[in-house]
This record gives sequence, structure tokens and C-alpha cells, in this order.
Amino acid sequence: MNIHEYQAKEILSNYDIPVPRGRVCLTADQVERAAKMMGGHCVVKAQIYAGGRGKAGGVKVVHHPEQAQDLAKELFSRKLVTPQTGPEGLRVRRILVEEAVEIAREFYLSITLDRATSRYCLIASAEGGVEIEEVAQKSPEKIHVLNIDPLTGLRSYQARKIALALGLTGSLCEDCVALILSLYRACLDKDCSLVEINPLVVTRAGWLMAMDAKMSFDDNAIYRHREYPDMVDYSQLDALEITAGKYDLAYIKLDGTIGCLVNGAGLAMATLDVLNECGGKPANFLDVGGGATREKVAEAFKIILQDPDVKGIFVNIFGGIMRCDVIAQGIIEAANEVHCPLPIVVRMDGSQVDEGKKLLKASGLNVQCADNLGDGAQRIVKMLG
Amino acid sequence: MSILLNKDSKVLVQGITGRSGLFHARMCREYGTQIVAGVTPGKGGVHVEGIPVFNTVEEAVRYTQANVSMIFVPPPSAADAILEAAAAGLELAVCITEGIPVRDMVPVKRILADHKMRLIGPNCPGLITPEESKVGIMPGYIHKKGKIGVVSRSGTLTYEAVKQLTDAGLGQSTCVGIGGDPIIGLNFIDCLKLFNDDPKTEAVFMIGEIGGSAEEDAAEWVKAQMKKPVAAFIAGVTAPPGRRMGHAGAIVTGGKGKAADKIATLRDCGVIVADSPTRMGEAMRAALGKGKG
Repeated sequence: MNIHEYQAKEILSNYDIPVPRGRVCLTADQVERAAKMMGGHCVVKAQIYAGGRGKAGGVKVVHHPEQAQDLAKELFSRKLVTPQTGPEGLRVRRILVEEAVEIAREFYLSITLDRATSRYCLIASAEGGVEIEEVAQKSPEKIHVLNIDPLTGLRSYQARKIALALGLTGSLCEDCVALILSLYRACLDKDCSLVEINPLVVTRAGWLMAMDAKMSFDDNAIYRHREYPDMVDYSQLDALEITAGKYDLAYIKLDGTIGCLVNGAGLAMATLDVLNECGGKPANFLDVGGGATREKVAEAFKIILQDPDVKGIFVNIFGGIMRCDVIAQGIIEAANEVHCPLPIVVRMDGSQVDEGKKLLKASGLNVQCADNLGDGAQRIVKMLG
Repeated sequence: MSILLNKDSKVLVQGITGRSGLFHARMCREYGTQIVAGVTPGKGGVHVEGIPVFNTVEEAVRYTQANVSMIFVPPPSAADAILEAAAAGLELAVCITEGIPVRDMVPVKRILADHKMRLIGPNCPGLITPEESKVGIMPGYIHKKGKIGVVSRSGTLTYEAVKQLTDAGLGQSTCVGIGGDPIIGLNFIDCLKLFNDDPKTEAVFMIGEIGGSAEEDAAEWVKAQMKKPVAAFIAGVTAPPGRRMGHAGAIVTGGKGKAADKIATLRDCGVIVADSPTRMGEAMRAALGKGKG
């Protein structure tokens, strides 16, 4: 789960990490008033669930409240396309107006999980602000990585080594030690899968400050943070993806015409691979979960049919312990409820597969049963001509 | 022979009084697994389906000599359940539970380094030694006793692969679903090592997916150490980059973890990679014909 920059900064600020004074706005008028409060000279930042905003015109320094208002009007009226949003871009519904801060130096600082060591790792670089991935590729010696032992936690001496490696000295170095320890505490308390400050700056006045912040939470840990569901900005998500989330289905819209309904993420990916191989274009990725139930299959079916691009449906369920006749029943009920006229190919495996096929054949739907994965993919591609 | 699990394994089920715990305990027993005990804190003393339930793993081990645990405990208590199994001196824990927070698993992984217990999962289908014992949620009927070791990060895609192997007349020694979470117990290399040392395993089929670098690491290990033929399939060749695919493991980041890179590395290391998920059985046959490259 992702949150906006302003929300991340609010959390960091609660952990005594300094952030610029700012105000989040929902209208251009609010932006104008906020800019006035900052004295006119301020930074206007579009809030979207993606990075790369600066180069796409989503972050700008303005000098007058009217200029801030005009910029806000423009940002609210269009979609922002950055290298991380995909070509369709994201709508801007919230704008953060912040005081303009004079910057002396910029750093990169983040904590994320290192899968290779199964530990959280702290990543720091004196080359902040720029594309950190580029730095990591071209000059890896400029990136400092510290794997944190969960039993000892992050210790001050370790944080100090990082702060010194960034070139900080004296009281600034000690401020940075405190900041790094706070960041680790926030990461654990909030169950972050990523917390990133880029750039972390030393201001002209000589303070450390988090100029930008990104935070995402571990989806598995949302249950123990009651405030998280209310922090979601639904304007940043696809409508069908939201509905799918409600039923605990993993759905991702793609740009083809074949709706896919599969149980298990790995099998779902393999299904997309086979369809592409046969010359078909999948309209979505949809995983109803390994143990497909009748209810989930029915809901998934309805979600796929809401997508106007879908011209045919491929159901691939390796039922295993789930009985195929029960799954067939779910498909028939859902298809009848929404009056599905589209061609459907069903590939099922598991117990009671023959009973399942019989039910589908007798259902009156435009449905074909496939013998295996390859056969199913070929059939649906052929049916769509 | 087999790895990790055989007909003599004595299995206890943590979370046996829950709906899935009980259902799968029954399914495993029907398959032939020796289910000797259940553990649910607060419910010690009762019997479910004729299986005695204990309050703690330690107690269950003392009375039943169980050496393997199958864990169905819900996410908030699952990390604790794994550590309890390790502390009780079990040899193997198979954690089926899906949705354990990463923050809970980081210390578990660190503490397990000091224990002899091996962990499979979490968020996995479990493991099966066909026609002997099953500790997991996979359908037993698709498996057939034989000489192919199977190791996979996926769930239902493993069933697909096993079915193709069985249809191609290739039985399995043991099939291990290692799970798709960012932090798991045994990884590809751990399982490859076990299969390499198992006299009855003649070849290995490996199922990977996009995200992370576990498949690349395994490929390097195969090249350097593996004495037996290996075939593989990697799911997600056509997955759009940078998008989340439901599995925590299935994230393509910063140019790393792409299916094409994984496939290239595996092939460079002598692994036969199926070019389609419909030809996994054929790939295994090809690898057997070619022998250790």
C-alpha cells in the first residue's frame, strides 16, 4: 500500500524528522491561500502514487500566490505522466504547497527489505536528488548499505558510520545519527516495506531536512494499523482494481481483449504467457487466490465483465482440492446474473472435473471446455478470430 | 528415498482446530500421512477426528514423538508458532499461512539460523513425497512416485507442472513448494542441495517467477555444484514491467528480476528452460536426455 508524500512527511515529522512547513490542498483556491501564507515564494508539488514528478512538471517553485493558483489549475486539469506511472498517467487530486528552502547539500537515505539477507537494510548516498538507480549502477562505491541485525537493532555507532560516510561532521553528524535511528523506528512501527528520503538536505541555515519522502506499507500488516485504510487516495487507483481489492482478488488491467480468470499468481502469469504465445492479448491479470471458492470466482467474473475492452473470457482453474463442479456452478451463476453474451473458454482441473464440464455444457452459455492449458488458450484465441 | 519427508515422518498440526487446519489435516491423513497430534493453545485435552490436541508443541512432541509440523496458525500468531516449533526441537516446519507481515518474519529468519529446524514457507503449498506422505494443501492425486525432484516458488503453477510430469510418465521423488513471500525458510539452493544428495532423485524441475534474484542464484549453484540434470520454467515473460502481480515475490524492480534475464542465466548455466508453460514435461524429458550439461 502506497501513501502520498505529505502523509509520509506527517509520519516522519511525528518521529522528530524535520520536514518543510507545508499544507495539502484540494482546490486551486486553497493552493493560492497556502502560497500566500508561505509568503508567495514556495514549492507546489502534485501528489501522486509515483515518482519522477519533477521532470514531468509536477513539482515547481513559484514566486507569487497567483502563479501558484494558475499552476494548480493546470495540474488539477490533466493527468501527470512520469516514467513510473505508465503511459496512461495519474490524475492529480491533491497538491502540497511547501515553504521554499535554500539547499546547501543533498543526500539519499532509505530503508527497505533486502531479500538476499532477509534483513532490513539502510541505504545512503551523498549523491542524493539525482536518479539514485543510475548512481548505483555507474558508481556503486558511492552507495553505502548497512544490513540491520533484527536482534540488536540499528545501533548509534552504525548510524554514525553512515553519517560520516556522507561527509557530515560535528553536531550535524550527530543530528543525522538521531535522524537515521528515528527512520528505522518509524520503519518498524509503521510496517514499512519502503521508507525513502530523497533528497535529505542540509539547508543553507545548517539544518537537516527531509525534502521529499516516499513510504509504502506491507500489505500483510495493514490489519494492525487501523488508520491505514483511511489514508488511501482512491483517485490514484483503477476503479476495477479497487473493487477487486474488496473481494481480496488481485486484479491488474492490461490492454488486450481476453479477460483472464485464474487461481494463483504464478499460474495466472503463466496463463498470460500462453495467451501471448498463441497470438492473444490478455485484458487483465486476475488471481482469485490458490484455493478458488465459488464466491470469489463469481465476483471475479463480474469484475472482468465490467471492462468494456473484454471480448472473450478464459477461465483457468487448477482446482486441486476445490471441486470443479462447484467452480462451474460459480461461473454459471455469475454469467447468468450479468447476462454474459461473450464467448467463454473454461479449463478446469481437479476433482469432479467431468461433472463440472457437464454443468457448463448444459448451461446454455457460449462456453467451450478445454482439456489443458495450451488447448484452452488456442480455443479462446480462435473464438475471437 | 526422498528429501525432508517420508512415510515414517510423524506430523503435528499447529492450528488444527481452525477450519483449514482441520480440513487439511484430514486430507493429509487420507493421503497416508501420519498425523499424530494437533496443537491449539487453550484447547489441549480434546480430540478432533481422533487426533489428540495439546496446548503446546513441546507437550505434543513429548507424548507423540512428532518430528514435523504443519502450520495453519493465522498471520498474527504465525511467527510465534514457527519459533515454538523450532524451540520444541522439531526437524521440519511447513508453514502454509498466507499474509504474515515481513516485520514478523525478519527476526524469525534470524533466530532459525541458530536452530536445526528447517522451515518451508510461509505462504506455500507445502511438500509431498508421493505415495508416502503429504504435508500441505496440494491435491495428492496429480502426483506419482518417481525420480524427479520438484522445487517451486508458486502454488497452483506447481500443480500444473507436476501434472505435466506425471502425464509424461515422470514420477516425483519429492515436490517442495518453497513459497512466494519475500522471506522464506528453505530456498531454491537449499532444496537443490538436498536433491543432489538424494540417491533416488535423478533430476530436478524448478519453477520460478519474475522478481528477486533467487532463480539466478540457483542457476549459478547448478552450474558449479549440481551433478544431476535440471529443467525449469519461469512465469511472467509477458508481465508488464514495474507492476505488482499479487505475489509479494512478483515485483520487477530496476531492471532486475525480469523473466528474460532469469531464463538467459539459467540457460547459460546448463539448465533446460521450457519456453512455454504448456511444455514443462517436455523440457524435463529433454534435460533427462541431455544429462548433466
